[in-house]
Amino acid sequence: MKDVIKKIYGLILALLLVAVGVGLERTGTISIFSDPYAYPELIRLLWQHLYLVGVSMAIATVIGLSVGIILTRPRFRAYTGVIMYIVSLGQTIPSLAVLALVMTFLGIGAKSAIFALTIYSLLPIARNTLAGINAVPYSVIDAAKGMGMTTMGILWQVEIPMAMTVILTGFRVALVINIGTTALAYLIGAGGMGDWIFTGINMMMSDKLIAGALPVTLLALLADFLIEVLRVMMVSKGLRMTEE
Amino acid sequence: MSTLKFILNNYNNVLFLMWEHIYMVGISLLIATAIGVPLGIIITKNENLARKVINSANIMMTVPSIALFGLMMPALALIGQGLGKVPAIIALILYSQLPIIRNTYVAIKNVSPSIRNAGKGMGMNRWELLKEVEIPIAIPVIVAGLRTAAVMNIGIAAIAAYVGAGGLGVYIQNGIDRVYPEMILAGALLVSIFAILVDASMALLERVLTPTGLQVQKRLSQ
Repeated sequence: MKDVIKKIYGLILALLLVAVGVGLERTGTISIFSDPYAYPELIRLLWQHLYLVGVSMAIATVIGLSVGIILTRPRFRAYTGVIMYIVSLGQTIPSLAVLALVMTFLGIGAKSAIFALTIYSLLPIARNTLAGINAVPYSVIDAAKGMGMTTMGILWQVEIPMAMTVILTGFRVALVINIGTTALAYLIGAGGMGDWIFTGINMMMSDKLIAGALPVTLLALLADFLIEVLRVMMVSKGLRMTEE
Repeated sequence: MSTLKFILNNYNNVLFLMWEHIYMVGISLLIATAIGVPLGIIITKNENLARKVINSANIMMTVPSIALFGLMMPALALIGQGLGKVPAIIALILYSQLPIIRNTYVAIKNVSPSIRNAGKGMGMNRWELLKEVEIPIAIPVIVAGLRTAAVMNIGIAAIAAYVGAGGLGVYIQNGIDRVYPEMILAGALLVSIFAILVDASMALLERVLTPTGLQVQKRLSQ
């Protein structure tokens, strides 16, 4: 019975792949990928996309991590609730609305797109850093204190490694949302793969549309996968074993 | 201030777009609940299937929304529905699946075995156990999943304006095209306020639907 189901499953998968291939060929997507004029354009847009994602994520990670860490220090603990409330309120605001709001104040171009993307990616990173460090059991910190570690030592060698899984989850959420939102950054004149998607929609050109949408989708899936790899590398073995 | 004036001057149109937005989000949430909650309950019986279902919903979630619209358009164009509300509602249903399925699954899984055993001991059959014990205990978490899905859907429905689905995103779209700041601000602010309001009212619903017994337990544990 199980073998039959597996065979049917494999057959459906193969048929689906063939259908996708035929679809790509019919809509002319294959020819656009191999077109000597369209190909360099695709690479340029992809680089632009990666540039926007990279710069905004780098800034967001630095700010998000430091805000998260500072808010877990005893002096600022009292404000945690208020800040968390504001952060979660900020996350309910739709991404397109954030881009549009930033555009009305800063104008069009890559700068305002990076600003909007940074703000939007900041929230999950800061929230998860805060939550991850707050979830470190007090007994562990107490043990570290008993071993004579300084506050900084506790932060770097105990709190952050133990919170790493949660921080990386926040980073992954931010990165995936960021890649998707960067596709919208075309609307405020920042370029990126959104260029081909929106041109394709406006002109009803299926080939351009798919040629734009496919790389963005693959990029998001790849980022998701890479963070998973990063998690295996960065989270210590003992913690991973207890998690699983 | 001029944004407020814009909204007041066009309040008929604003109300219409808002209705379109609510309609899209509402109908997709209803269908998504009808699919997601039973699926979440079914997969609690099969660990292996649960992992597969949640993983595929997770992959679905990773696909950027505008790219999904782009990939769906040529396929749906074959049946003449490439633009408009149909692709928008399909996308919204797909995106809502992960929060709804995952929360239902986790909530039902987390019902403590002792409570379940007590139910069995009272002579409940499987259906009664689900209806009288597991779902009432799980309902706050399920509603929390619906809340996440609803807030996310409002944002995606705004993007759906670009595939001709209407809704408040139309103001953002037209405003950007015409460089008309009041129009952009009206669209962006209304969508944001709408999302925040839905978030708050769903949080209230979550509290109202929590069974009294659980509320007392929560207060005692604090």
